[in-house]
Amino acid sequence: MSRILILGAGTAGTIMANRLRRRFAKDVAAGKTSITVVDEDPRHIYQPGLLFVPFGVYRPDDIVRPRRMQLHEDVTYKPGAIEMVIPEDHAVLLKDGTRLPYDVLVVATGTRIAPEETEGMMGPEWHHAVFDFYTVEGATALARKLSTWRGGKLVVNVVEMPIKCPVAPLEFSFLADWYFTMRHMRDTVDITYATPLDGAFTRPIAAQHIGDLLDRKHIGLVTEFNAGRVDNERKVLVSWDGRELPFDVLVTIPLHQGAAYLKATPSLVDDNLFVRTNPATLQSTAFPDIFAIGDATNLPTSKAGSVAHFESEVLDDNIGHFLAGEPLEDGFDGHANCFVETGFDQALLLDFNYDTEPLPGRYPLPIGPMTLLGESRMNHMGKMAFKWVYWNLLLPGHTIPGIPARMSMRGKLAPATT
Amino acid sequence: MTTMTLNDTTLDVDAEGYLQKPEQWTPAIGEAIAREMGVTMTDRHWVVCNFMRERYLTTGSAPSIRSLGKESGVPIKELYELFPRGPAKYASRIAGIPKPHGCI
Repeated sequence: MSRILILGAGTAGTIMANRLRRRFAKDVAAGKTSITVVDEDPRHIYQPGLLFVPFGVYRPDDIVRPRRMQLHEDVTYKPGAIEMVIPEDHAVLLKDGTRLPYDVLVVATGTRIAPEETEGMMGPEWHHAVFDFYTVEGATALARKLSTWRGGKLVVNVVEMPIKCPVAPLEFSFLADWYFTMRHMRDTVDITYATPLDGAFTRPIAAQHIGDLLDRKHIGLVTEFNAGRVDNERKVLVSWDGRELPFDVLVTIPLHQGAAYLKATPSLVDDNLFVRTNPATLQSTAFPDIFAIGDATNLPTSKAGSVAHFESEVLDDNIGHFLAGEPLEDGFDGHANCFVETGFDQALLLDFNYDTEPLPGRYPLPIGPMTLLGESRMNHMGKMAFKWVYWNLLLPGHTIPGIPARMSMRGKLAPATT
Repeated sequence: MTTMTLNDTTLDVDAEGYLQKPEQWTPAIGEAIAREMGVTMTDRHWVVCNFMRERYLTTGSAPSIRSLGKESGVPIKELYELFPRGPAKYASRIAGIPKPHGCI
């Protein structure tokens, strides 16, 4: 009897549960292997859709489905809040006192925003002039605000890296430019993008391309801005080094942390409560029977659904190896693949891994049809079609045809070496 | 991996000048890196850099700004006075440890 326990049934946890169910189909059906998933929220949110809610492209109903429905019927779903992991006992304790023993544990509880960690952020202006769009509640409040807004200063700010989907705040800025243009009020809105990074994006070639786009769309870029507090009375965002950004609407991407229950097991996590994870095998660096996937890891790649999907192929195999007593495979290369919506029915595509930064070119074949690091309508159509792919291929744990887990250099234009 | 020479020592560094082998570091090399970046090291700077280095060597990852502020004895506001352009980035480079992963 093997007991596989998965914490979190978001993108990563759901894919993993459904994949492992398929791997062990016979044993699961015969009761020889159990797959249990714990999650306290009965809603499964299509998170890439949150970006479009503030602009009225999607309504909250369009992006939420029941969580249980995304899991195969042979997977046991346990609604409930997690109290702590007890690695020495090979068990997880729930808040209601239930004890769940495991032979393999997969931590897939992702990341949460922690606006309370920045002074003044959750003050009187929270969800009045200060908004997040990483939650259904925040994105919905922001949609209400923007639909009646008369214009003024819009500041988009990333508080601290790492964040989930590092391109989302850029996409938000591009879509804001599009949205206010379509409403014939772009000239009344001043958009500023403020980031703690020293450029528009983390890696140099993409930072250059995206920086040019911001410029073309008349979006101001403020770099190395480390937000220290929100002054609610004066409506000013103040950096630790004393710089001030006045706003009428502040869209913040707050500090991100791993799930709060991980605080109780410090040996498992780093300072931000992300699981210390072997970058190639996805095994915890502290406990051999614990693995991590998706946003919950501390790996130096993007926190994104595509990453969770690519990781799931490797983790599926490695859990098979682990339970069979075989050595693990160094299978994961940090592969990430992200559409970047740029407004006016256009999008960019980024494809990269631990070692290769996003490069220009074509994808997935040398003839495309997608364009890497360049705007195209085909990319935008890919982004919008992804919603269907998410619910119907990704979550059930299928491999996406033509998109292998390991990054390929096919179609990419490597930079000239100096 | 590229190398650079400081104080007559050859060091393995990444493209941005972060040491890739913390064992090649000495306080004198830390001073030299700081000088190159235009930072004049004081006792307070050293409190931060030593804390970061210690934490990296014991746990394998650099502390976040928030835990630096809570645990190093140097409050966040002062961290930014000491390293205005980003304490984590600057202090980790001077402390001779790889660039903190946050920046992906």
